[in-house]
Amino acid sequence: MKLVWQALVRAFFSLDWPLLILLALMALLGLTVMHSAVGGTDWRFAEQSKHFVVAFFVMWAIAIIPPPWIMRAAPYVYALAVVLLLGVEFFGETSKGATRWLNLGFTRIQPSEMLKITAPIMLAWYFHKRQNTELRFIDFVVALLLLAIPFALIVRQPDLGTGLLVLTAGFFVMYFAGLSFKLLVPATVILLLGLGFILYYEDMLCEPGFDWVILREYQKHRVCTLLNPGLDPLGKGFHTIQSMIAVGSGGIYGKGYMLGTQSRLDFIPERTTDFIFAVFAEEFGLYGGIMLLVLYSLIILRGLAIAVQAKTQYSRLVAGSMAMMLFTYVFVNVGMVTGVLPVVGVPLPFMSYGGTALLTLGVACGMLMGISRYKPVKTTEH
Amino acid sequence: MFEFKKTSQLLRRRTIVRASVAGVVVLLLLSILIARLWYLQVVRYEGLAARADQNRIAVVPIPPRRGEVTDRTGVVLARNYRDYTLTVVPAHIDKPMNDMLDELSTLVYLSPRERRRFNQLLGQSSRYAPIILRNNLNEIEASWFAAHSFKFPGVELQARWVREYPQGESAAHVIGYVGRISQADEQQLENEGRIGNYRGTHIIGKKGIEKTWEDTLHGQTGVEEVEVTASGRPVRVLSRKDPVPGMDLQLSIDIGLQQHAEAQFAGRRGALVAIEPSTGEVLAFVSAPSFDPNLFVDGIDVENWRKLNESPDHPLINRPLFGTYPIGSTYKPFVALAALEMGKRAAHDRMPDPGYFEFGGQRFRNAGGAAYGWTDMHRALVVSSDTYFYSLGPDIGVDALHDFSKQFGFGQLTGIDLEGERKGILPSREWKRNAYKTPSQQRWYAGETVSVVVGQGYNSFTLLQLAQATSVLANNGVYMKPHLVRDLINPINGDRQATVTEPSHVIPLKQANIDVVKKALIDVTRSGTARRAFANAAYQAAGKTGTAQVFSLRGAKYNASAIDERLRDHALFMAYAPADNPKIAIGLIVENAGWGATIAAPLARSVFDYWLVERGNLKP
Repeated sequence: MKLVWQALVRAFFSLDWPLLILLALMALLGLTVMHSAVGGTDWRFAEQSKHFVVAFFVMWAIAIIPPPWIMRAAPYVYALAVVLLLGVEFFGETSKGATRWLNLGFTRIQPSEMLKITAPIMLAWYFHKRQNTELRFIDFVVALLLLAIPFALIVRQPDLGTGLLVLTAGFFVMYFAGLSFKLLVPATVILLLGLGFILYYEDMLCEPGFDWVILREYQKHRVCTLLNPGLDPLGKGFHTIQSMIAVGSGGIYGKGYMLGTQSRLDFIPERTTDFIFAVFAEEFGLYGGIMLLVLYSLIILRGLAIAVQAKTQYSRLVAGSMAMMLFTYVFVNVGMVTGVLPVVGVPLPFMSYGGTALLTLGVACGMLMGISRYKPVKTTEH
Repeated sequence: MFEFKKTSQLLRRRTIVRASVAGVVVLLLLSILIARLWYLQVVRYEGLAARADQNRIAVVPIPPRRGEVTDRTGVVLARNYRDYTLTVVPAHIDKPMNDMLDELSTLVYLSPRERRRFNQLLGQSSRYAPIILRNNLNEIEASWFAAHSFKFPGVELQARWVREYPQGESAAHVIGYVGRISQADEQQLENEGRIGNYRGTHIIGKKGIEKTWEDTLHGQTGVEEVEVTASGRPVRVLSRKDPVPGMDLQLSIDIGLQQHAEAQFAGRRGALVAIEPSTGEVLAFVSAPSFDPNLFVDGIDVENWRKLNESPDHPLINRPLFGTYPIGSTYKPFVALAALEMGKRAAHDRMPDPGYFEFGGQRFRNAGGAAYGWTDMHRALVVSSDTYFYSLGPDIGVDALHDFSKQFGFGQLTGIDLEGERKGILPSREWKRNAYKTPSQQRWYAGETVSVVVGQGYNSFTLLQLAQATSVLANNGVYMKPHLVRDLINPINGDRQATVTEPSHVIPLKQANIDVVKKALIDVTRSGTARRAFANAAYQAAGKTGTAQVFSLRGAKYNASAIDERLRDHALFMAYAPADNPKIAIGLIVENAGWGATIAAPLARSVFDYWLVERGNLKP
């Protein structure tokens, strides 16, 4: 009993303080903006506060679990998540045309959300196992296969956004594991060329009759709207235009806390969730926006630093991929709100309303903290 | 599980490299976002801030209630009622229009006529302007649609004020009608700087009083500044300026007299204007046939429009105002008065009437070929001797006659409060010089004066001018401007404001001369051409018959040999009563009805009887 208590106290104090302080700042800011976004006191503000408390507890709980334990569990939680995804496939609950939820009787869960964590730790587990041999092409094929199963299941729901995020998380593991730059650089170039091609032939590609084969009509519409929000000013483009107006009208200094006219008046769609950055940028202006992005980059860089200092390959891969996932969320979300990326359902970490997203973040940060404080017993230097 | 030191170092180094690259990429991409923020918040700040303001505050116009119109006794001629209307904004319809209409018609009945009219308006209107699809929804239909409205984006249920003319065809040419604001109307409002006051207003006066008194009837549009959501849902009202309702108008028309007179025209074409001489108030203003102004309020449909527009009877033409006729012998009292005033004739000067007058080698005949023998002015008026008047022509001269007649309003705009008044032609040398091109056409021939003095030739007057001149004569030369609107009534406090109170001018006439003419006009109804029509009247009337030898409204030339009814002479009459204290003066024409005495005079008698006897206006 005494030992357990001591372990807990040690665990508490061995938290990664720089990260904790940054996250606390982030949480404070997140709640402040939420307060404004919901228009003062509202049940969602209280709920979000609870989500933060729960997320911090989960983070702390994960942080005190030694990372090797988690690594050992990785194949099992991955398998469980995939099974649950299959469950969704057969027994899922449908709402708004998408089947994403599984009713377990006592609670409803969204298995695809679990994959954002379980997929990268599964890959990290795999690459950790293969660390002493030279990585071969086949290893990345295996890794891709491990990603492809959940990806396929998630896209079927359909939830392309989450599927791509799971794929991205896995990609970052592969990247840190050593996916060759010889492969990465050409891939990036091809990607950029592809984007250039799309931009150049925008008019033709967005013709109503033009079939994109690989993408559904609404996805094509999304891309086309991004290319030219004015195409559909009252539909999909409306979100982007309105949020750009909100952000832009904030100016350098912002309109002041709780004084954002656009957000106050329901012009901003999803202002408590995906578009909360518009509320923030309108009220706090360019200074606020820069400050927030700096705060995010500090957290991300701290995560990368934890990866660099990590003692095991698994830890390096998990820490690196978690940090980069955080970045991906921030970049895609802010890019979407400011009109440089298409409107996809990606929440802004620590800001957007939602218990599940915060819980996932809590788990991710908990693992970062655990990795940060974990000093493995040295076996080879005796 | 353990790591080999070499491997461990290799993996650590790899992580450092990869994390560094990742860090750089992170900072680079986040810098792009910051650049984007800078672009939006600094570079595009002004434009986006302006859009934010537009976005936020919706200026909602509150159209004022349009003033109502009553007759002189308070009978309502034009009013407003609440109506539920379905409107469609074409731009917001997300499927083929016909599919939507088919679907909608399962909820709300849409008649083929309504669909036709809608399709017609659809072609004419802006895609963003609401088009009326169906009005007069009953409560059940309205609530039924309201419950299903979510299925029909772009279709809206609106409660609005609709103009209604309870008297139907009666006095339609006076009241006129309102209609949808057309692009031409919009342009005009724009040019006059009044467009702002018409935000939220869909109708505007198109004809008659509704048009002439548009400004007064319309009122001042109010404004509400409302904070709205993106979906247009109002959040709160920031400011409100109440609309000022339009003034109610009380007309001088008596709808009873109007309808009585209209009834006399049943089946005929013609015009009648009755004026109260002492005030210039128009008591009746008939243009027959008439039309139902209610057809125009929401835009007339093709079928009805064609019926009205292509009718050979031209029901849409405001005859008293727009039709110009040579007024024939009804002009003679004024010519006689001119001769007296200018000293060209004394009342007792007599001349022989052999049935014709020779002038410049040309023979001008009496109408009907009668010969009246020795004739003085009195007799000439009573029997309507053309020859006597022919002889006045060269003595008075066309220019002097022009100047004299002008004072009574002939060939002039009377200034009545209706738009579209025509001036007609009061001939003079100057007029002819301006009217024609070649010198030979421009020259005035003395012989032309001879036909002018009997109300023929170039003379072309409106019936309103004839009625007004009669009224001025009855009023001994005091010119009261003819008007239809008697009082403006403030609908809030009931304050009244009279429109015309003072004479415009007084024609300097010798009472003795007036008396000569008036006495003759009395005898016209006692023993002259109108004696039969006025036999046993309860009052003494004074008047003059007339026959206009010419054209229908279309300008078809009169042809004596033609048998077509539409080419027959017009029957005219001018009169006032009671002769000693005129309460009513009229000018009337019955188109293609032949002699003035047989049809026009009895019509006047009927109108006088109604107004003076039946309605008790005989008492002083």
